[in-house]
Amino acid sequence: MSPTPPALSKLQARQRDRVFWRLAEDIPQPLTWKLMVISAVVPLLLWWLLASSGWISDKFLPSPPDVLAAMGDLWERGLLVQDTRASIVRVTLGFVLAAVVATPIGILMAAFASIRALLEPAIGILRYMPAPAFVPLLIIYLGIDEAPKIALIFIGTVFFNTLMIMDAGKFVPKALIEATYTLGGSRWQILRQVIWPYIIPNVLDIFRVNMAASWNLVVVAELIAASEGLGKRIELARKFLNTDEIFACLIVLGLIGFSIDMSFRVLIRKTCAWSLDS
Amino acid sequence: MSLVISQLCKCYSTSSGSIEALRDINLHAEPGEFICVVGASGSGKSTLLRLIAGLEMPTSGELDLNGRAIVGPGADRGMVFQSYTLYPWMTLQKNVEFGLRLQGVNSKERRDRASYYLDIVGLASFARAYPKELSGGMKQRVAIARALATQPEVLLMDEPFGALDVQTREMMQEFLLEVWRRTNCTILTITHDVREAVFLAQRIYVLSAHPGTIDCEFQIDLPRDRTVLIEREPQFQSYVAAIQDRLRGLSKTTETSPMPTTSKAKADAH
Ligand SMILES: Nc1ncnc2c1ncn2[C@@H]1O[C@H](COP(=O)(O)OP(=O)(O)OP(=O)(O)O)[C@@H](O)[C@H]1O
Ligand SMILES: [Mg+2]
Repeated sequence: MSPTPPALSKLQARQRDRVFWRLAEDIPQPLTWKLMVISAVVPLLLWWLLASSGWISDKFLPSPPDVLAAMGDLWERGLLVQDTRASIVRVTLGFVLAAVVATPIGILMAAFASIRALLEPAIGILRYMPAPAFVPLLIIYLGIDEAPKIALIFIGTVFFNTLMIMDAGKFVPKALIEATYTLGGSRWQILRQVIWPYIIPNVLDIFRVNMAASWNLVVVAELIAASEGLGKRIELARKFLNTDEIFACLIVLGLIGFSIDMSFRVLIRKTCAWSLDS
Repeated sequence: MSLVISQLCKCYSTSSGSIEALRDINLHAEPGEFICVVGASGSGKSTLLRLIAGLEMPTSGELDLNGRAIVGPGADRGMVFQSYTLYPWMTLQKNVEFGLRLQGVNSKERRDRASYYLDIVGLASFARAYPKELSGGMKQRVAIARALATQPEVLLMDEPFGALDVQTREMMQEFLLEVWRRTNCTILTITHDVREAVFLAQRIYVLSAHPGTIDCEFQIDLPRDRTVLIEREPQFQSYVAAIQDRLRGLSKTTETSPMPTTSKAKADAH
């Protein structure tokens, strides 16, 4: 039994490097998992180290166990479920409303240059008006109940959804549309049975991206006026300097967003396998 | 008479002025005939086919199919494009069925007809596969099956094998002749490959460029069931040579090569 010659291990190291830095290639599944765990664990450890080092007062930077305890406390008082539910309901209503409005308009804008000319300038201007700037108006118009919060999420996502769906629709190959004409398809049939199925994976991906904006906006809305919701909880915690509760809510927000994102990815992979490479 | 085109002109207006793509095209195709149009790049071959398909409107002139003017696209003229135009989210079966589905044919008949044509193009065992699982030649075979499934009067093909390698092309050419014999439909194929045109066609129109006009017409008197071996026949080679000469603008028609029947002479005969 001779020990491994050093030259071999050097070679192995170099091969490992090659795997890591392969341009536009997949890496082995175990390596993927390892790197993904590192991505979650390292920031957590750094936070823990910093919090327990004593450099920063734990009023400002609570340690992970403190935050976990705060989370458990919120859970026991029933607030975590209540706030999360309130925020999810608002986001869902606002976003679904925006999606239902944006999808047909986006497709029509992609398909008809006339509709595009009619709507693109108006939507192009509207989308640059920051949605939070509408809050005062919405309060004047709609009061302080659920309506202005849902409206804010709607305003903040509907224009982006529309324009992004329009862009997706423009990429439907012209030859595919012409081929359908030569098979006897009508314009309506092409819209419904060619353009729409072609862009479904893109539309789902657009929803996935814009979902993040809805979560930003629901917190903005709740910070201003609400009786419940994760944003409201954060605002209350600020008043009593309960930074551990703020951290707890932020983590919950992050986890919710992450799981919605993953769900969309899984949905796309399961329903639109044809659109993925390989 | 099946397809008749007379005095067809097509101009495109662009930012740098008007481009005359086709000038005074006279052409016809009888039922069951196999016609090829050859011409150099830019001679307006695709334009001609798109006009017949109804995807473009002529500047002047007439296009008639069975005595009715062509005013737009329709299922009576099937088309196979040079680029791959299968629906990527559908299985091959669904792709071939799609034209019938657009016409509201019931699902049982749709399935039967699609299966029949998938079988003709030799892809019955791939009915459940998706287009991305196919090679280029297979995709074009499906596109042909899809175009045939609605039983068009004329099958139009725009360099359908242009993107294929030589061996696959030869296979596809033999295959296309077989499909033609089995289905008896009228086929109009455009190509810039003279050898391919002579191999496939009963009659060939040669287009000259800038603007695209019909330079001459060749009757190809070769047997209907041809194999690649026919390329070794002197008759085949002299057709190829004659058309190539014509394309080069040399028009050196000696006694040994077949005389083109010019489109002028043809038109007078009618
Ligand atoms: N949509 C268009 N707008 C402007 N000019 C066009 C358009 N389509 C074609 N042309 C012009 O018409 C002429 C014929 O084009 P066409 O595509 O029919 O040629 P082709 O014979 O099919 O060539 P290739 O063998 O390269 O496919 C060209 O000069 C081209 O520039
Ligand atoms: Mg062309």
